[in-house]
Amino acid sequence: MTRLNLLCAAAVAAVAMPLAAETHSVEPGESAQERLQEALILAQPGDEVVLGAGRYDLSDGLSLDVDGVTVRGAGMDETVLDFTGQQGSGEGLLVTSDNVTLRDFALENPKGDGVKSKGADNIVYHRVRVTWTDGPDANNGAYGIYPVESTGVLVDGSKVSGASDAGIYVGQSRDITVRNSIAEANVAGIEIENSRNALVENNIVTRNTGGILVFDLPDLPVMGGGNVVVRQNLVVANDTANFAPPGNIVASVRRGTGVLVMANDKVLVENNIFDNNPTSHVMVIAYTQPFEDERYNPHAREVVIGQNLFGRGGDDPQLDGAEMLLAAFGGALPPVMWDGVAEGESGLVVVPGIAGWTLNLAEPGQDLATAQPGPLQVPAPENEFDMSGIGAPAELENRLK
Amino acid sequence: MKRGFAILAAAACALAGAMAVRATPPDGVNEAAILEDAMPRTLAEYGFFIDAREQVPREGVTPYWLNTPLYSDGADKLRFVYIPDGEQALANGADLLLFPVGTALIKTFAFGRGEERRLIETRLLLHRENGWVALPYRWNEEQTEARLAVAGGRTEVTTPAGETISYRIPNKNQCKECHGVDDAVVPIGPKARNMSATWLAGLVESGSLDRMPAGANSMPYWSHESSGPLELRARAYLDVNCAHCHRPGATASNSGLDLRWEQRDPEALGVMKRPVAAGRGSGGHLFDIVPGEPDASIMVHRMRSSEPGVAMPELGKATVDEDGVAIVERWIAEMRR
Repeated sequence: MTRLNLLCAAAVAAVAMPLAAETHSVEPGESAQERLQEALILAQPGDEVVLGAGRYDLSDGLSLDVDGVTVRGAGMDETVLDFTGQQGSGEGLLVTSDNVTLRDFALENPKGDGVKSKGADNIVYHRVRVTWTDGPDANNGAYGIYPVESTGVLVDGSKVSGASDAGIYVGQSRDITVRNSIAEANVAGIEIENSRNALVENNIVTRNTGGILVFDLPDLPVMGGGNVVVRQNLVVANDTANFAPPGNIVASVRRGTGVLVMANDKVLVENNIFDNNPTSHVMVIAYTQPFEDERYNPHAREVVIGQNLFGRGGDDPQLDGAEMLLAAFGGALPPVMWDGVAEGESGLVVVPGIAGWTLNLAEPGQDLATAQPGPLQVPAPENEFDMSGIGAPAELENRLK
Repeated sequence: MKRGFAILAAAACALAGAMAVRATPPDGVNEAAILEDAMPRTLAEYGFFIDAREQVPREGVTPYWLNTPLYSDGADKLRFVYIPDGEQALANGADLLLFPVGTALIKTFAFGRGEERRLIETRLLLHRENGWVALPYRWNEEQTEARLAVAGGRTEVTTPAGETISYRIPNKNQCKECHGVDDAVVPIGPKARNMSATWLAGLVESGSLDRMPAGANSMPYWSHESSGPLELRARAYLDVNCAHCHRPGATASNSGLDLRWEQRDPEALGVMKRPVAAGRGSGGHLFDIVPGEPDASIMVHRMRSSEPGVAMPELGKATVDEDGVAIVERWIAEMRR
């Protein structure tokens, strides 16, 4: 017993003491749920949980609550966490710890959201795929990649399709980069909501109802969204009929919207390629619903539309009076649509040479029937857009190697 | 894999320890098991029970009840608290009792009556120097032992309603999903407002509680229809079943919905509040609560569902709590616009 006890003491000490990073390997097969979840629980800061190639049949949501852990698969087409048979939890994977890296694996058919990271600062999603395999369907989960209430978010090389709300959704967060990713056949491709300092660049957003949405909503713990840059994205053929369950804000997004800016402060839309977005390539509007939250500003403020490449679009708008509008504008609406609602002089500026139209509304929430559509005449940007502080912290890059 | 081996060795050692314990039962609760930074592999190591199968607690391990309990698929829940001898919990108004380090909260989930009673799991909340730690223990089929199940699991049970379900034993992280506030694990149940005044008085008398908490026993008794006005019963139900997540600093904080007992702002409680991240959970409805219209309220829709991604609460139940739905429906139906 003495020798055993000595061994025990050593073992307990070893468990308690921080050691060099370790690898916890998990392979698919029987009891994958328990083995994978156990690895996520027993991992220590700095450790890697490595998921071998193959398909993991999972019955419940997974969760990670240890700081500094990397979860690494064998590739987004090789390691597949299959939640088709999920019986519980509101998401496939929940992360609640800081400095986590998720990379090179996929989730399929989670019953609720795909990966949710809440209060998880400095998180990296790298080459993560979330797919609802039946395509657009109101019964699919809401969000594919879902960081919320976090500071420092980098989503890179990821891919989401089929989300009944937003493919890549960043909410109530700061210091964000979403790039090099593909969002296809979701209601909203990429959504930046109630967040600040976000850079959305080099993504492909296609076949969604709306491509890229930048929103601020009332009655949330974190508000005051702004400092958002949307650049160098391919925003093409976002023409899927809206399949969001009514009640959600995105259910009101018109099929064929390229980039939508609503109730936000300092947003730059520049150097994107837009094509075949049948309602409007770019739409800038105030929040339209009644609200009582005194902290909330419903206006779009200081929105800058820089140079972009606009192809065909606005030719089949999902708008009341579409026929009359098309007739008035010669068969297709100009690429930039504004509701005309400005707070003082600080509404919208557009570089010369880009055509637009406005509803000429005066107040947030004003009845659309009172709109007086006409050509857009707004000033050109005077100052360079202030990029300082926008995007994920540079040190997150180091984890992409 | 050095640490992997170490954990195995620790497990083996815990086993050996447990066997040793069984050979010579200690006289009291194993306070080291509560306090030390480890995860004992079996429930027996703590020594909470004289007869664990029958849930007969050792002296110092005190059973308690809640006026309005959390719904858990109709499971019988046997709750116990252990406060170390000489230590004292502090009253904190109507809110959570402030338990000293060394406290253990013990909750066993069981289905079936009398001889048929089957223990499924025992969940522990241990108050250590660095805070509370939540650990789930799963009972074996033979009902001889409950072993640590950090990854949780599933088992088939028959509910009191006669429904056979796949019952989910939560994993260690899922404990925190409900018990987490501002990133720390905290107890949920033992709030003075939801506990019997007589029981609390007993605790004061024995010296384990510093004084009678103000606002003790102010929540209605769930099982007695006449125990309070409809609104209080509904609000108690929402506080106990929902507010551990739907409150600032907790798992569902980003929803902006705050269902705590003390919340007075109708919008925070969901009245004419639009959903944020409900997805298909909205069921096509526009607001969490529409006064006078339970059928148009997202809250009721989600409570009525047993489908993951729609059903609320997300964790800790697989079936619909018909009584809970009924009371919330009536509350909303009678709510004035």
